[in-house]
Amino acid sequence: MIEFQMPSLGADMDTGTLVEWYKKPGDLLKRGDVIALVETQKGAIEIEVFNDGRLGDIMVNPGQKVPVGAVLATITEPGDARAAALPPEQRAPSSLVETPPASVAVPRIPREPPLPSPPSTQLLEPTSPSASGVRAKVTPAARVRADAAGLDLAVISPGPDGVIGLREVEGARTVRSTPRKSGLDLGEMRKAIAAAMARSHREIPHYWVSQTIDTTALFDWLEAANSKRPVASRLLYAAPLIKAVGLALKETPELNGHYVDDVFKPSNSVHLGIATALRGGGLVAPALHDVDVLDLDVIMAALADLIPRVRAGRLRSSELTDATATFSNLGEGTSESLMPLIYPPQVAIIGCGAAALRPWVVDGAIVAHRLLTVTIAGDHRVSDARRASQFLSRLDRLLQTPEAL
Amino acid sequence: MTDTRRITYREAVREALREAMTRDERVFLMGEDVGAYGGAYACSLGLLQEFGEERIRNTPLCESGFVGAGIGAAMGGMRPIVEIMTINFALLALDQIVNTAATIRHMSGGQLSVPLVIRMATGAGRQLAAQHSHSLEGWFAHVPGIRVVAPATITDARGMLWTALEDPDPVVIMEHATLYNEEGDIAAEGDLAVDIDRAAVLRSGDDATIITYSANVKKALAAADQLSGEGIECEVIDLRTLRPLDDATIMTSITRTHRAVVVDEGWRTGSFAAEVSSCIQEQAFFELDAPVERVCSVEVPIPYARHLEEAAIPQPAGIAAAVRKVLRR
Repeated sequence: MIEFQMPSLGADMDTGTLVEWYKKPGDLLKRGDVIALVETQKGAIEIEVFNDGRLGDIMVNPGQKVPVGAVLATITEPGDARAAALPPEQRAPSSLVETPPASVAVPRIPREPPLPSPPSTQLLEPTSPSASGVRAKVTPAARVRADAAGLDLAVISPGPDGVIGLREVEGARTVRSTPRKSGLDLGEMRKAIAAAMARSHREIPHYWVSQTIDTTALFDWLEAANSKRPVASRLLYAAPLIKAVGLALKETPELNGHYVDDVFKPSNSVHLGIATALRGGGLVAPALHDVDVLDLDVIMAALADLIPRVRAGRLRSSELTDATATFSNLGEGTSESLMPLIYPPQVAIIGCGAAALRPWVVDGAIVAHRLLTVTIAGDHRVSDARRASQFLSRLDRLLQTPEAL
Repeated sequence: MTDTRRITYREAVREALREAMTRDERVFLMGEDVGAYGGAYACSLGLLQEFGEERIRNTPLCESGFVGAGIGAAMGGMRPIVEIMTINFALLALDQIVNTAATIRHMSGGQLSVPLVIRMATGAGRQLAAQHSHSLEGWFAHVPGIRVVAPATITDARGMLWTALEDPDPVVIMEHATLYNEEGDIAAEGDLAVDIDRAAVLRSGDDATIITYSANVKKALAAADQLSGEGIECEVIDLRTLRPLDDATIMTSITRTHRAVVVDEGWRTGSFAAEVSSCIQEQAFFELDAPVERVCSVEVPIPYARHLEEAAIPQPAGIAAAVRKVLRR
C-alpha cells in the first residue's frame, strides 16, 4: 500500500488544488502514468505516478485544496491485499509514503525547520493543523457541516480572521462541486516567486562568477547549419547553449544537484530548469531532462513543446521538481548580464545576457565579435568560485566547437 | 382579515385592566396614585370613576406593604393586580415577592397559591435618571415560583394581563416605560387574550438571530431593517416571557441561522442576556458559527442627560454591529 501524496512541486509550494482525476479507483497504473491534474501557483500540473499498481481509494476530491504531503489517494501494489484490509491506524506505521515524483529523483523539499526524515521514503507524517500543534479555530457549526459533507477541516483555508466558519466550509464545498477552470494566477505566482527567492537570498550563501564568451564560432556554425534546414526545424542558439551548459555541469557535480537537510546530494543526471517568462509576468523553470545527452534537435523540440505548455499553465510534476540546476537566458533583450538567485534546493543557476556585437581583442587588435556574458551563481555551502570558474572555462571551450555538441 | 383598530400601548393596558375588572369581580387594582391620578403612567386613568374606590385602590408609598397586601388578598381568593411605579421601587417589595409570593405554593405543600399579578414600569429612555430607569427583569427571572412576562407589542400589552390573571401563581408584568406612547393595530373585537408561554418570531431571516424582549424588540427590528440593506437577513425573536424561557423557539431559530445576538437593557454582568447566551451554548453549541454576542447596557447607573442615557443603553447601531460581528464581517 502506497499513500500517494500531494507532491511538493517546488520550494515555494505549500498547497495544491486537485482539479481532476484521470484514473478511477481500481484502474491499473504504470510508472510514469499521469493520474491527476493539480493546480498550483505555477499553473495546472499533471501529476505522474512512480509505481506500478492499482489505484485504491481517492481521498481528495476535485476542487479540494490540500497541503503538500496530504494523501491524495492510495495505490495498492501487487500482493498487498492483506495490508489494504487493515484499518488505517494499523497500516500507517508500516506503510511507506511516496512523495511523487520526489521519491525517485528529488528529495522532498524541507519546510522550516527541516524535517528530520529521510528524503526518499518516509513514515507518514501528520499534516493536519491539529496534529502540528496549532489548534485551528473552527466554529462548532463548521465542524458539523464539514463532517456531514465529508470535508477534511485540514484542507479548508480559514478566513482572514483565522477562523474556519460555515462560510469557509461552504466555500470549500462550492469549489468541490464546481471544478474551476484551470489556469494561472499570476498574482499567486508572484507570491510564490517572492517566497522562493526570499528564502534563497536568506539561506543560500551565494557567490557569482562571470565570464564573457566569444560566440562567433557558435553563431557562424548555427548560420551554416540552419541554411541547410527547413525553416520549421531551424535551431535557435539556445539549443546548443543549453547542451553545452549541460555538458559543463556534468563535469562539475558541485554545481548540479540539491542541497537538502544540510546535505548536498549531487545528481548523476543533468536536468536543466529552463527559466521561462510568462506573458503578463511570472516565471517558471521546468526541467529539460538529461540535457547533457540529448541531441540538439531533441532539445529544440523539447523547448518547442515546453514553452507553450508553460505559458498555458500545463506542466507535468516531474518537470517542476526534477531540475538539478537552472538556466536563465535574457537573450531576447539587450542586457549584457544578470546576477541570478539560486532556486532552492538547487545549488547553481546560470544566467546569460544577450549575445551582441561588442569589442573583443583578437591577436592584439580590437574587433567586433558576438559576445555572451555568462554568470553563474553558486552555493558556498557546496562549492567555491574556483569551481564555478572551471565550469565557465569548460563552457567556453565547448561553445568554440559547436559542431561537436 | 379581521378589522383592526389603532391604539397606544397605554390604552391597551387600560383596556386590559377594564376587561379584567369587568370579567371577574375578584379582580382589583392597587398601587401608588392609581386612582384619581390614573397611575404614574396614566394606565388606569378613568378607571376609578368606572369601578369605584373599592376596586381601584390608592396605596401608601410602601411597596412592601401593598405588595404584601396583594399577596394576602390573592391567598384569600381575590385576583389582585398590583402596580409598582418602577422596577427600582420594586426592590422595596422584593422580600414579599421573592420570599413570600414565590414560595408559598412550595412551603404550603401545594395547599396555598398566590394568583397575584404585579405590573411594573421598567427601563431607561425617559430621562428619569438612575433611580427610575433600570432594567432589573433578570433579577425577577432568576426566581422560581414566579412567571415574568414582558409585553413588547400592543397586542401583548392588551392580551397578556387576562392570561396572567388566570395563572394560579404570581406573574410579574414588565412594562417598559418608553412603550406607553407606542401605537399599534390590534383586532377590533373578540378574545384578545394571548399566551404567556411562547416567544414570538417577529421577523424571519436566515443569517443571524437577534433575541430580545420589551423595548429592545423595536430597536432590534430597526437594526434588522438596516442590515437588510446590507444583504443580511436577521431573525428577530421577542422572548415575551422571560421565565420560564421558551428555549425551543430560540434553538429552532439558531439551528437555522447559526448565529445569535442577545439584546438586553440590563447590565452585561449577570444579565438576563447572560442566561440566554448560556442556554444557547448548552443546547445549541454545535449549531453555532460564532460566539454568542450580547448587547447590554453600559455598566453605569443610567445617566440623566439625554445623550448619555442614549449612549448607556442598547441602540440599533450597536445591535447591527454585533450582528456583523457574529457574521465575521
